[in-house]
Amino acid sequence: MPYIPLEDHLPGITGLLEYRKDTAEPIRNLTQFLLRGPSTLSEAERELIATVVSNGNACRFCTNAHTAAADKLLGECDTTKAVKENISTAPVSNKMKSLLTIASQVQQSGKAVTEHSIQQAKQEGATDLEIHDTVLIAALFCLYNRYVDGLSTVTPADPEFYNGLAQRIAKGYQRLPQGYDHLKKH
Amino acid sequence: MAHIQVPEGVPGIRSLVMFRPESGQYLYDLAQVLLRGESPLSEAERELIATYVSSRNECVFCTSSHAAAARYLFRDKKQVVDVVLNNYQAAPISEKLKALLNIAGKVQINGKEVLPEEVEQARKQGATDRDIHDTVLIAATFSMFNRYVDGLASFTPTDPQAYDEMGVRMGEKGYVLPTKL
Repeated sequence: MPYIPLEDHLPGITGLLEYRKDTAEPIRNLTQFLLRGPSTLSEAERELIATVVSNGNACRFCTNAHTAAADKLLGECDTTKAVKENISTAPVSNKMKSLLTIASQVQQSGKAVTEHSIQQAKQEGATDLEIHDTVLIAALFCLYNRYVDGLSTVTPADPEFYNGLAQRIAKGYQRLPQGYDHLKKH
Repeated sequence: MAHIQVPEGVPGIRSLVMFRPESGQYLYDLAQVLLRGESPLSEAERELIATYVSSRNECVFCTSSHAAAARYLFRDKKQVVDVVLNNYQAAPISEKLKALLNIAGKVQINGKEVLPEEVEQARKQGATDRDIHDTVLIAATFSMFNRYVDGLASFTPTDPQAYDEMGVRMGEKGYVLPTKL
């Protein structure tokens, strides 16, 4: 049961974003820009950062949602599984491993990011912009994970729910122009 | 030295949003609506929550700047800020605000740390749905800002006067995206 009254048909983050729309707008805009805007990191790579951080924070709703989004963008389910288990042996580029390592450090604390991990990322070819965006995506998911779990929102158990959500967020993070009433069960 | 090439001599988050204004504008929009927009919590109370969370995350830049903003907004009661940072249970603030600071402290650790009885305690002291919502979102937002500022090792001034000036600006003008020097 959520700690505040949220719409039953909108579990997880969506109910919160509909509860207070004036704060939701910059959060949605930021997410759209960081995860779907122009970047030298692919959308799937950026979803992997979101997945690793949400998994580190043990936020099941966000982990399931962004795993499903990354799976959909990648067209397979092995990479998300591997990065959640062990970044260093996952089937991603060395640059991506170094960026995911930075993201995991950000998940613990901003102060946990080491000079060594930054140098490692630069040696693997990461640009300042990629390092910046990695840190900010990781920090943003520390916000989301706390917002979702701190107000005890509902985490659906049915995997089909997350496939539906992934369909939607693969297209983007902006509020649907028609709202979400069509998701109500009749 | 910051981990990436941000403008030199510009402190904290300002240097980061000048490096990347495309994301920076939304960060400032969020700070403005959350800390200065419509809320049952006063601007001073919201800055106090931001300061408390930043202090727990040991983010010196965010703690010092938001403490300065809170002191400015509390006016003749400004000493409350330092008492809260030392031990909020002993501070001359309402029991409701103490219960909300307790929730904010839990959010700082992890969302799952917030327990139903702690929310119940806040309600007993008069906290509304929106008080609870805004407290959790402010604490979550500063869990982001603190990580952004320290994760990129942005410049943290050591001169207290630099923060006093920031506090006045944040109190008077709110959160306005800085432009290139």
